[in-house]
Amino acid sequence: MSQASSRRDFFKASGALIVSFSLRNLPELRAQGGPVQGAPPMNQLDSWIAIAADGAVTAYSGKEELGQGISVAQAQLVAEELCVPFEKVKLIYCDTALTPDQAYTSGSQSHPANFNHANLAQAAATAREALLKLASQRLSLPVTQLSVKDGAVFPMGSPSRKIGYGALLGGQRFQLALDPNAKRKTAADWTVLGTPVPRPDLPALVNGQFEFVHNVRLPGMLHGRVVRPPAVGATVIGVDESSVRDIPGLIKVVVRKNFVGVVAQKPWQAIQAAAKLKIDWNAGSGLPAHADFYEHMRADKQTRDTFMTDSKDTDQKLAQAAAVLKATYKHPYQMHGSMGSSCAVADVQGDRATIYSPTQGVWYQRNTSAMLLGLKPENVHVIFRRGSGCYGLNGADTVTYDAALLSQAVGKPVRVQLTRKDEMAWENYGNAYLIDLRAAVDSQGNLVAWEHESWSPSLGNRPGAGTPGNVVTGFLAGFQPDAFTPRSPAPSPAGFNNNSNATPSYLAARVNGTVRGAGKVESGRVLVHNLRSPFWTGPLRSPARLQNTFAHESFMDEIAAHVKADPVEYRLRNLSHARLIAVVEAAAKAARWEARPSPARASNRSGIARGRGIACVAYEGENGYSAMVAEVEVNRDSGAIAVKRMVVAADCGPISNPDGLRNQIEGGALQGMSRALGEEVTWDGEKVTSVDWRTYHSLPLGFDIPKIECVLLNRPEEEADGAGELSITVAAAAIGNAVFDATGSRLRQIPFTPERVKQALAAALA
Amino acid sequence: MAITLKVNGVAHSLDLDPATPLLYALSDDLALNGPKFGCGLGQCGACTVTVNGRATRSCITTVKSVEGQEIMTLEGIGTAAKPHPLQQAFIDEGAAQCGFCLNGVIMTAKAFLDQNPKASETEIQRAMSGVLCRCFTNVRMLRAIQRAGRVLAERSAR
Repeated sequence: MSQASSRRDFFKASGALIVSFSLRNLPELRAQGGPVQGAPPMNQLDSWIAIAADGAVTAYSGKEELGQGISVAQAQLVAEELCVPFEKVKLIYCDTALTPDQAYTSGSQSHPANFNHANLAQAAATAREALLKLASQRLSLPVTQLSVKDGAVFPMGSPSRKIGYGALLGGQRFQLALDPNAKRKTAADWTVLGTPVPRPDLPALVNGQFEFVHNVRLPGMLHGRVVRPPAVGATVIGVDESSVRDIPGLIKVVVRKNFVGVVAQKPWQAIQAAAKLKIDWNAGSGLPAHADFYEHMRADKQTRDTFMTDSKDTDQKLAQAAAVLKATYKHPYQMHGSMGSSCAVADVQGDRATIYSPTQGVWYQRNTSAMLLGLKPENVHVIFRRGSGCYGLNGADTVTYDAALLSQAVGKPVRVQLTRKDEMAWENYGNAYLIDLRAAVDSQGNLVAWEHESWSPSLGNRPGAGTPGNVVTGFLAGFQPDAFTPRSPAPSPAGFNNNSNATPSYLAARVNGTVRGAGKVESGRVLVHNLRSPFWTGPLRSPARLQNTFAHESFMDEIAAHVKADPVEYRLRNLSHARLIAVVEAAAKAARWEARPSPARASNRSGIARGRGIACVAYEGENGYSAMVAEVEVNRDSGAIAVKRMVVAADCGPISNPDGLRNQIEGGALQGMSRALGEEVTWDGEKVTSVDWRTYHSLPLGFDIPKIECVLLNRPEEEADGAGELSITVAAAAIGNAVFDATGSRLRQIPFTPERVKQALAAALA
Repeated sequence: MAITLKVNGVAHSLDLDPATPLLYALSDDLALNGPKFGCGLGQCGACTVTVNGRATRSCITTVKSVEGQEIMTLEGIGTAAKPHPLQQAFIDEGAAQCGFCLNGVIMTAKAFLDQNPKASETEIQRAMSGVLCRCFTNVRMLRAIQRAGRVLAERSAR
């Protein structure tokens, strides 16, 4: 049984609405504490769709627009299933007074959650069928003799006898449960969904009329600024409030344990007060040396160990192998590095709070803000407002706590925007990884076993339903992050889950008698060591999956090169998953891949070397499929890598909006390239030193961008899968493999800086 | 002290500390949504406005230094009903993800194209090398600027 069909059968059998979400991402959701009580019930149609007496349609969703384009797709979905014009659908998302609790907008889960057989899609289909039944009664005709179009029902062939939805429902609520049997339209009948509807927010964005959370202005609003510790682990000894007494407009200095902030009438006054405020801090806890950090990780014995898969025969296979290959891959901490530093506006008055936040989870934010403020959760109203693109857990949650604490202290609305440094020094970074890989190859060059052992530090996470200490403000104010419990040795794996892509695609992971991996190699062991991080960590676009995929897809290239096989052919030889095979073949075909082993040829020792590389992933094991062919030019003298072309094949099931999908693939490919080539969090003995755009190296808008070609594999018969993390996950390995093809030198540490490239070139010559 | 700022053709007399960065006067005192705080260091471009036609980072420019000069923000170059060719080109190309950087991208491009209406692709790219888009909408944004460049070049040729 393939993974996709087993999942679909489960949906059919269960009929449960929340299951579709939790099943897809069980470990992540459990870590987050599960859905929060108090939201509009997920199984009630009125929680999702309202139709006014004038026929206006309002849809309510728990999946928000972060810039990824999901709002236009959701409105298309409702327009399609409900048979109303796109322009007639108003979409409201992520407001704890109005919308269902769909946990976080994260993890490439919005497309699967709302476009399959539950939630928003099923609500719209239920509503259409309910309206048809109402019309059937009104017109005394069976539903089979009715047509529906543009928000009205009419007898087939008699559109003049139409009755509008507004008249049918009379401004009343549906008062119906979501019907799991309500028929979804088939993709062949789509006229709105599946088309490149432009994003409705574009005109306001380009005209400066769009209201970001940064632009929320409440009457009487004051401006806050926080003062973070000068070093990791530093604590407050004392705050000298008299040091800022002369700052005009200063309202208050706020101290709560190690949380320090100021509130003033105007932004510039708050900035000056924060800069001038005299605080005595204890020294920090000190940091392990940046230069030795990977060795530091490997030496850490306080680890929590997990076997993702273990066929228990890898030792034997490695001992019998004709050749054993070994390599170690290193991935640094990277940051979300949002373009705009994070901002929130809170209005805490007495026992009630209204909070405008760019959080990815309004309901979780409601509960954890309530904890921080000592209020009842039902008295806290959290309204999502778009922030600067977050790509995961940036400073959104922490700055919301900042604003809430400062507002409570002054009893007035307070806006807080972090400084660039505070955003970058204290956000929850994407995890660093150290990954050891070993492979056994037989005398015919067949891949027979694969071992993965990795080390990754973490501290904190999304706050979930009850852990405000998972981000810096909550911690400074006295809450603890998720507890860390070492566990070694790891227990045997109870089931197979490749949510983190820790298991390479080429393994046929066999658990409880069923094969669940995407590959054919029977012998495999994947052991993951989690350890305590000195820095805050949390999900950064393609968390763990990008790091693991970089290592696996680079190593697969090493194995193919060792056996002198073409990298595409060797991948295909070891894959079993039809959809993953299809994206590899599609990318190779579109790129006019020349089948031959890498490296290309013995090239000159100086000048420009050209090469191509491929990488692929079954995202989260079964949530979208992508492959990328990258073509690069390596300057052997300077060590600079110029990526000239990226060909990306992507399959996220049925395509809801092809232009939105392309936009995600293009952006993901270049963001992946920026992360591969330049991005790395750095620190000294006590604090983070990558605190602005001179010290944290992002590619700018105007660089020599590669030609990007998208091959979209539309699969209307499949489940809707995630789309936003497909291309970014494969970019680093595709580029690294292309560099190897060009030069014969292997890059095993991100970022691929010119210095590292030159070192690799020198090592290959030595 | 009273500072007079001329923004999008209208003079405003504001009571400001003369050292206040222009950005705060625009986004707080004048409640404009276009210019944005990205880094406060002049590194990312999000706060860009034009001052006498020159792209200027308002987060590191004091109000005193631009008193009485012609300040233009994203709001001032076009409207929904009558968008500037750059604004129209960004709509036509679907050139946005989160949209936070758009102010800096469009205002930097406007100042450049006004001075260089016949700029080549490479020149445009170079002109945009000091601006960030962390969603990496580079492909569409550069295409949109080129599209607008063609429109502006035709206009100037007329």
